[in-house]
Amino acid sequence: MLSYAIFTLTICGIYALLALSLNLIWGGVGLVNLGLAGFFAVGAYASAIATGAGAPVLIGWASALVVGAVVGLVVTFATLRLRDDYLAIVTLGFAEVIRLIALNERWLTKGSDGISGIKAPLKAELGLEGFNLFYLALVSVIVLAVYALLRRLDASPYGRAMKAIREDQQLAAFAGKDVLRFKWQAFALSAAIAALAGALYGHFQSYVSPDHFQPLITIYIFLAVTAGGVGRPSGAVLGAYAVVIFLEGTRFATEWLPGLQPVQVAAMREILVGLALILVLHLRPEGLLPERIPKAPPRHSAKS
Amino acid sequence: MIILQALINGVMAGTLIAVPAIGFTAIFAVLRFPNFAVASYATIGAFAAWWANTTLGLAVIPALLIAFLIAGLVGVVAEETALRGLRGAGALAVAIASIALNLVLENIVRFFFGNDMRGYDLPLMRDLRFSELRIGPQQLQSLALALAIMAAMFLFLAYTRFGKAMRAVADNPDLARLKGIDPARIAIVTVFLGAGLSGAGGVLIGLDTSIDPLTGYRVLLAVFAAAVLGGLGSIPGAVVGALALGLAEELALIVAPATYRTAVGFVAILVMLTFRPRGILGERAT
Repeated sequence: MLSYAIFTLTICGIYALLALSLNLIWGGVGLVNLGLAGFFAVGAYASAIATGAGAPVLIGWASALVVGAVVGLVVTFATLRLRDDYLAIVTLGFAEVIRLIALNERWLTKGSDGISGIKAPLKAELGLEGFNLFYLALVSVIVLAVYALLRRLDASPYGRAMKAIREDQQLAAFAGKDVLRFKWQAFALSAAIAALAGALYGHFQSYVSPDHFQPLITIYIFLAVTAGGVGRPSGAVLGAYAVVIFLEGTRFATEWLPGLQPVQVAAMREILVGLALILVLHLRPEGLLPERIPKAPPRHSAKS
Repeated sequence: MIILQALINGVMAGTLIAVPAIGFTAIFAVLRFPNFAVASYATIGAFAAWWANTTLGLAVIPALLIAFLIAGLVGVVAEETALRGLRGAGALAVAIASIALNLVLENIVRFFFGNDMRGYDLPLMRDLRFSELRIGPQQLQSLALALAIMAAMFLFLAYTRFGKAMRAVADNPDLARLKGIDPARIAIVTVFLGAGLSGAGGVLIGLDTSIDPLTGYRVLLAVFAAAVLGGLGSIPGAVVGALALGLAEELALIVAPATYRTAVGFVAILVMLTFRPRGILGERAT
């Protein structure tokens, strides 16, 4: 039971990073990334491949950050000048293509077998239980650090400019903000965070395969950010924990239903996730922790 | 010969994709959001026709009509309950809700039918051969049906009151309202047609192979690619885009492994958006 709680809390932390990643661009510059699962996968594979080739784990994580950011730039290159729905379509396609590459480029990813034996840092020294506790602490600290960073960003002039772009990009451009630059910077940073989450996940499981990166994960994270509150990093983190607990709850609840096939139980859980997202969008679109819009500072209007 | 066969296959595949692509782009033209739930409408159509075909013993054409009606009705009910209330919150909110809706509908199908592959009950026929070229009679029938559906759609848009009103709303919603066209009614008609066409497309695609709850999701990217290539919101564009995509996929498969078929659509979208974002026949994209 304790190890189950530790495992679940670690997954919570990894989902919290994904939620922070989505919140950065969605709550920041008003873009959506329907390919989060793809960036998650890119990070997991980048770090697994780098450390498999002999790099230390920290270098693996750093390479996940860099590869994630670069891939993010490539994906958004064609679409950032266009209406936002184009980016939604392109990112969805991106996640599918990443899955195809992971399945088919066996020389790089070992195909559907997946990469196993990914280095688990300090596992030999700490033993299994010690490692799990250590990893939970590590993931939690990283979540806190990213959260603190994004909160600072939110409060900075840079963050305010991002939100101005979200609200009205023409007005922001008119006020002299380089809209395109803010968008690609935010997207690259967001992609890097999602990739880092993937790297942390891979080294925690010691195993990655294309099956780990279903598009469903992206929907979980959208539910997390919407439920927590778009535009507020603390909302994203809270939402991620709530969603993982909700998912685990549906697992127990559906096990209670008698006479259902396993595939029906799985279908029920996904129906609940979809319904929850639709309901939150309708009933509480601002989420549990609504965004706080700071009042404009009082201005001495020039009366002349 | 290989190239000629690829061209034939490309036109065939493109014509089939054109049907759901028209549905998707029509919804986009009138409601201005990308509706991801068209994947589940295609799946629901495919299963409705399968049920009509194997349980009621109906032939392909009546089964296709039933699929169109059921997918259209499901689309209208889903739109009115799950999406309509969000229109005020912006296109992205509705698009995200449509993804959640897609997940719900796909899993309702999965709940009742499971993940097994199912095939239609069709008479077996031998492939037609012209020297070295092969064409399946079933494919020819699907091709003819797809063309008939498209012709009906174009006649509807060109000559009926609802069709003209749909084009008016797509063109300029404010002006259309000024002319006394009720946008809510046009939205319902559009969603019925768009979801129905997606359902019919799901059947046509399923006739060729087999169906399962992911039938629609698997072609979603191709549907998007067709619509974006032709110009989002342009119905003739969706047809042109679907044919271009079908040809591009088949020609790419001469040099690339077949497993990368879906990736062709993605690359096509990226290339088109980089060089001509409004698509072949679209108006604007910013």
